[in-house]
Amino acid sequence: MKIHEYQAKEILRSFGVPVPESKIAFSVKEAEEAAAEIGLPVVVKAQIHAGGRGKGGGVKFAPTAQDVSQYANDILGMTLVTHQTGPEGKLVKKVLIEAASNIDRELYAGIVMDRATSAVTFMVSTEGGMEIEKVAEETPEKIVKVVVDTAVGLQPFQARQMAFALNLTGDAFKNGVKFLMALYKAYMGTDASIFEINPLVVTKEGAVIALDAKANFDENALYRHKDIVALRDLDEEEPLEIEAGRSGLNYIKLEGNIGCMVNGAGLAMGTMDIIKLTGGEPANFLDVGGGASAETVEKGFRIILSDKNVKAVLINIFGGIVRCDRVAKGVIEAIKNIDTKVPIVVRLQGTNAEEGKKLLEESGMNIIAATELKDAAEKVVGTLKTIEA
Amino acid sequence: MSVLVDKNTKLVVQGITGSEGAFHTQQMIDYGTNVVAGVTPGKGGQLFMDKIPIYNTMKGAVEKTGANASVIFVPPPFAADAIMEAAEAGVELVICITEGIPTFDMLKVHEYLKKYPKTTLVGPNCPGVITPGEAKIGIMPGFIHKPGTIGIVSRSGTLTYEAVHQLGEAGFGQSTAIGIGGDPIIGTKHIDAVKLLNEDPKTEAIVLIGEIGGSDEETAAAYIAENVDKPVVAFIAGQTAPPGKRMGHAGAIIAGGKGTAEEKMKALAAAGIHVVKSPAEIGKKMKEVLG
Repeated sequence: MKIHEYQAKEILRSFGVPVPESKIAFSVKEAEEAAAEIGLPVVVKAQIHAGGRGKGGGVKFAPTAQDVSQYANDILGMTLVTHQTGPEGKLVKKVLIEAASNIDRELYAGIVMDRATSAVTFMVSTEGGMEIEKVAEETPEKIVKVVVDTAVGLQPFQARQMAFALNLTGDAFKNGVKFLMALYKAYMGTDASIFEINPLVVTKEGAVIALDAKANFDENALYRHKDIVALRDLDEEEPLEIEAGRSGLNYIKLEGNIGCMVNGAGLAMGTMDIIKLTGGEPANFLDVGGGASAETVEKGFRIILSDKNVKAVLINIFGGIVRCDRVAKGVIEAIKNIDTKVPIVVRLQGTNAEEGKKLLEESGMNIIAATELKDAAEKVVGTLKTIEA
Repeated sequence: MSVLVDKNTKLVVQGITGSEGAFHTQQMIDYGTNVVAGVTPGKGGQLFMDKIPIYNTMKGAVEKTGANASVIFVPPPFAADAIMEAAEAGVELVICITEGIPTFDMLKVHEYLKKYPKTTLVGPNCPGVITPGEAKIGIMPGFIHKPGTIGIVSRSGTLTYEAVHQLGEAGFGQSTAIGIGGDPIIGTKHIDAVKLLNEDPKTEAIVLIGEIGGSDEETAAAYIAENVDKPVVAFIAGQTAPPGKRMGHAGAIIAGGKGTAEEKMKALAAAGIHVVKSPAEIGKKMKEVLG
C-alpha cells in the first residue's frame, strides 16, 4: 500500500527521523497560512502517488508570500503528468508546504526486502536526486549495499560504514548515523516493503534530513497497522480496483479490450499472455480465487464490464476442488442477471469439464464454450475480428 | 522414487479443525495420504472424523505418532509460528499452504530455520506437493495427476494444474509436482526443487513454471546450465504484466524494472532450457523434446 510524501514524513518524524518542518494544505488559503507559520522561503509540493513530480511542474521553490499563493493556485487542481502517472496524469488535491533547506549535498538512502538473500537490505549512494535504477545501471559502484542480519537488526557499525561511504564528516557524520538507525527502526516498525529517501540532504549546517520520502507497506501486515490503513487515499487508486477489492477479488485494469476472469494468479497472468500471443490485448488481470462461485463470477463480470473498452470476455477456470458443472451454472446465472451483448468465451477444464461444457452449450445463451486454452484464446480474439469486420 | 513425499510420509495437519484444514484433510485421506495426526491448540485429546488424534502441540503429535511431515492450514497471523513449531518438533518436511503471511514474519522464520537444516519448508502460499499414486499434501486436485516421470516445480497453483493437464494429454505422468508458492520469501526455491528433481532417478524431465518478480528463475537457470542434463521445459507467466503492480501473488511484481518475464525467459533460454512463450504449449513442447 502506497502513501503520500507528507504521510511518509509524519511516520518518519514519529520514529525520530529528521524531516523538514512542513504542513499539508488543501486550498490556497491554507497554503498561505502554512507558509506564514513555517516562515519563508518554502517549497510548494504537489501530493500524488507518483514520482517525477518536480519535472512535471509539481514542485516549486517559493521565496515570497506572493509566490506561495501563485504556486499553490497553479498546482492545486492541476493534472500532473509524470513518467509514473501515465499520459492521463493525476489530479492534484493537496500540496505540502515545506521549509526550504539550506542544501549542501544530495544523497540517496533506501531500504528494501532483498528476495535473493531473504534479508532487509540498505542501499545508499552519493548520487542523490537521480533515479536510483539509472544509477544502478550506469554506475553500480556508486551504490553501497548493507545487508541487515535478521537476528540482531541493523548494527551501529553498519550505519557508520554507510555514513563513511557517503563521505559524511563531523556533525553530518554523527547525524547521518543517527538518521540511518532511526530509518531502520521506522522500516521495521511499520512492516514496510520499500523506503526511499531521495534526496537525503546534508544541509550547510550539518543536519541530515529526508527531503523527500517514498514508502510502501506489506499488504499482508496491514491488519496489525490500523494507523497506516487509515492513510490510504482512495483518490489515488483505480476505482474499479477499489470496488473489486471490496468484493474480495483481485483486479488490475489494463489498456486492452478483452476482459478476462481466471481462477489463480499464475493462470490469470498466463491467460493474459496467451491473449496477447494470439493477437489480442487483455483489458485486465482478474483472479477470482479458488472457489469461483456464481456470486464471485457475477461480481467479476460486473467489474470487467464496467470498463467500457471491453469488447469480449474470456473466462478461464481450471476446476480442481470446485466442479466445472457448478462453475458453468454460476456463469449462466451471472450472465442472465447482467444481460450483456459482449461475446463471452468460457473455457472450463478439470473436474466435470465435459458436463460443464454441455451445460453452457445447452443454455441457449450467447456463450462460446472451449476446453483447451489455445482454442479459448483463438475463439475470443476471433470474436473481436468478426465484430471489427 | 520421488521427492519430498511418498507412501512412507506420515503427515500431521496443523489447523486440522479449521474449515480449510478439515476439508483438505478429508481430500488428502481420500487420495491415500497417510494422515497420522492433527494439531489444534486447545483441542488436544479429541478425534478428527472419529479416527485421527488431535494434539495440542506439534511436539506431542510427533512424539506420539512418529510423524515426519506437516502441512499448515493455520490463518496468516499465526502461520509463521506454526512453521517454527513444526521445525522445532523435528519433522523433515513442512508444507505451508496459508496465503497472506506478513513478510517480516517470514523473515523471522527464514532465520529460525537455519537452526534446523534437516527441515525443508515448502511455501508459504502454495498448493503443496504431490507424488501421484502415493501421497498428496496440499490443496491440488489429485485426480488430474498420473504417476510418471516428469517433475514439476511452479510458483503458481492453477497454472501447475494446467501443465499437469497438458502433460496428461501428451501422455506423460508426473514423478512429483512441487508448488513452491507465490510469496517473496519462501522456503524451497526453484533451484532447490530443481536440485531434488535432478537427483531423483525416476524423474526424466522437468517442467519449470515461473512468474514475474524476483530473480529465482535466473538463479535456477544458472544452476541448470552447469548441473542438469535432464531436459527442462519452462514457462514464465506475466509477459503482459505492467510494472509496479502486484499481480495477485505478493511476490509477482516488477519492481524498479527488475523481475520481468523477458529477462527470465532470456536467462532460461541461455541455459539451454526449452522456453515456451505460450502457456498452452507446455505439454506439446515436452512431447517434442522427449520424442
